[in-house]
Amino acid sequence: MDVIVCIKQVPDTEEIHKVRIDSEKHTLIRKGIKSIINPFDENALEEALRIKEKMGGTVTVLSMGPPQAEDALKKALAMGADQAILLSDLAFAGSDTLATSYTLSAAIKKIKRFDLILLGKQAIDGDTAQVGPGLAEWLHLSQITYARKIEIHDGRVRVERGLEDSFEVVETILPVLITVTKEINEPRYPSLRGLLRAKKEEVLVWTSQDLPLKASKIGLDGSATQVIDIFTPEVPSRGKIISGDIYQKVDKLIEKFKKEKLI
Amino acid sequence: MSRIEILKEKCTGCRKCISVCPVSAIHKEGKKVSIASNCTFCGLCVQVCPDQAIRMEKKEKEIDLSAWRGVWVLAEQKDGQVSPVTYELLGAGRNLADDLREKLTLVLVGEKLDRNLNSLENYYIDRIYLIESPLLKQYNTSFYTQILVDLVRKEYPEIILIAATALGRDLAPRIATRLQTGLTADCTGLRIDDGHSRNLIQVRPAFGGNIMATIICPHHRPQIATVRPKVMTKLPPGGGNQAEIIRINPSLSLADRLIEITGLIKEDAGGVDLQEAEIIVSGGRGLGKAENFSLIRQLADLLGGAVGASRAVVDAGWIPSYHQVGQTGKTVQPRLYIACGISGAVQHQVGMRASEVIVAINKDPEAPIFNVATYGIVEDLHHFLPVLIERLGGERK
Ligand SMILES: Cc1cc2nc3c(=O)[nH]c(=O)nc-3n(C[C@H](O)[C@H](O)[C@H](O)COP(=O)(O)OP(=O)(O)OC[C@H]3O[C@@H](n4cnc5c(N)ncnc54)[C@H](O)[C@@H]3O)c2cc1C
Ligand SMILES: Nc1ncnc2c1ncn2[C@@H]1O[C@H](COP(=O)(O)O)[C@@H](O)[C@H]1O
Repeated sequence: MDVIVCIKQVPDTEEIHKVRIDSEKHTLIRKGIKSIINPFDENALEEALRIKEKMGGTVTVLSMGPPQAEDALKKALAMGADQAILLSDLAFAGSDTLATSYTLSAAIKKIKRFDLILLGKQAIDGDTAQVGPGLAEWLHLSQITYARKIEIHDGRVRVERGLEDSFEVVETILPVLITVTKEINEPRYPSLRGLLRAKKEEVLVWTSQDLPLKASKIGLDGSATQVIDIFTPEVPSRGKIISGDIYQKVDKLIEKFKKEKLI
Repeated sequence: MSRIEILKEKCTGCRKCISVCPVSAIHKEGKKVSIASNCTFCGLCVQVCPDQAIRMEKKEKEIDLSAWRGVWVLAEQKDGQVSPVTYELLGAGRNLADDLREKLTLVLVGEKLDRNLNSLENYYIDRIYLIESPLLKQYNTSFYTQILVDLVRKEYPEIILIAATALGRDLAPRIATRLQTGLTADCTGLRIDDGHSRNLIQVRPAFGGNIMATIICPHHRPQIATVRPKVMTKLPPGGGNQAEIIRINPSLSLADRLIEITGLIKEDAGGVDLQEAEIIVSGGRGLGKAENFSLIRQLADLLGGAVGASRAVVDAGWIPSYHQVGQTGKTVQPRLYIACGISGAVQHQVGMRASEVIVAINKDPEAPIFNVATYGIVEDLHHFLPVLIERLGGERK
């Protein structure tokens, strides 16, 4: 089994609340926020490593991003990936999910050998969940989104996928593209040996020149959507504190419920 | 081709551009700055550079989009019954269609959907496509994509609205990519540009709800948006339009259905559907331990409501994930939302702040939940809830 995992570097979840925009200057303030592998992508990588441990094969991690995204790929190598590829080029700037999935598809066509492609269900910065299905379309593959369990036997894949209030069990044949949720596993920490190996291992960097790409389909020119404004949401401040001792508070609250015809 | 570059001979390394770049794409490299590939072409750096050292060229496209007309809503249905979110999309769609002076079309895909027509035929819809086949009884990505793409290529709608549900978020990117057009996920605001462009202005949260982004799709049609359930407003019953009904028999082949559904796992959903509930009682980490969810359940039962949760307690395994409210959970809009032991992180707030009445019970007076609460109660929930439950129980008798 050769598995490709697409990972994205994003601002740290724990600190994401610090992402604010300066209303005057209209810019995002990201100072002091660490970058990490998108959490769902770590689950995708963990799943790929488990499949490899069980069935043999290789795990390739692929990311499109600025040069610093190499850190995310190094961590993936330390966790146990065999090969890491970074797609980095100023020509990719301005990519929306259409252009991103196209660029990733070109790299996968170059890698050529794969049985399975795994992604996170969504990236926590953009929260779109569009790159997975988009990539599957560019590659003419079938897709299974929101997987919490994957089983593979004799070229057949059985997946439990999350719906609003239940889980669907679906089956298909390889190759297929699957996006995973955090319920699927608990990602491992890199081992000491892994860290040492990752230090020596090189991340392959591919630019637009290295890929079979149409210039009109990448970066800003290949993007259909454009962000024209960012702003801080207005939160309606209501904030009325009910005072009194605990019994008075309960009574006052029940009074309000009655007035609002809630009970 | 669009491009952006630093003119090294003009750059003085003043760093002004670094400080305004919203995506941290500019870095110091020696004495000058350089731009990385995560640049989004927003142009802020060009504006602030005192030395005109940044050159940005955007290739402008001249494309005739006039053939694309009308607003479509894709209905979501389950077991042959059109889901409530479809009516919300129709509410949003009707406004957009009126602003554009165009027709509103509903696209219904499935099996045996006739029973829905009673309530839809004389609603606010101008046209209904009814696409039925036994092979469409359950959703599957490839058939739905094929059907919608074929229809779009024949009819040229300018806008398509799809629910941001498990189904919609699986399908919409597939359709958009096949049609080579733009898609904006999880929109919370939609309107038509006042100018001549007829562009759909799409507003959506990003970075876990900490910021909002306004997005357009200026050179491609259709403009596709997924819309979160419980964000748009349904129209009142009535409408009185006589919708034209167009039946389509799609030609589908079983061989194209690569993904086969072989089972369904239902876990204890806790009775009431969170997104349809009028009253929700939610618990957070302040409950202390899983067992204390019984307090939340008791109160919810008394009020005839559903049980919600913060992500912290879902992550801790105290309650299954479909109870989660918030950015990565569900958006809810009940008449009453009671948050117990929830701090009110922005990611939680975005899922519940549109509720009509919000009650927050938290022992920390500084908890951000109090900013959005209609009624705030600073108390230990272990003391407060039992009293509330007892008195409410008394009221009931
Ligand atoms: C990308 C991303 C997406 C996220 N999505 C979601 C989401 O969808 N939904 C969500 O909920 N969160 C989400 N989060 C997590 C969110 O940021 C918070 O971490 C989470 O909501 C906190 O849950 P909590 O309020 O239960 O816990 P805490 O923040 O730990 O708050 C517990 C509260 O209980 C109070 N308390 C403690 N003991 C008592 C007592 N005895 N009586 C009364 N009050 C008490 C405390 O004062 C405190 O305010 C997301 C985070 C990220 C980064
Ligand atoms: N720039 C990128 N490089 C590699 N993978 C990506 C990139 N952007 C998104 N992905 C993958 O696509 C998934 C969904 O991302 P998104 O559609 O942005 O929410 C992520 O969890 C990643 O697995």
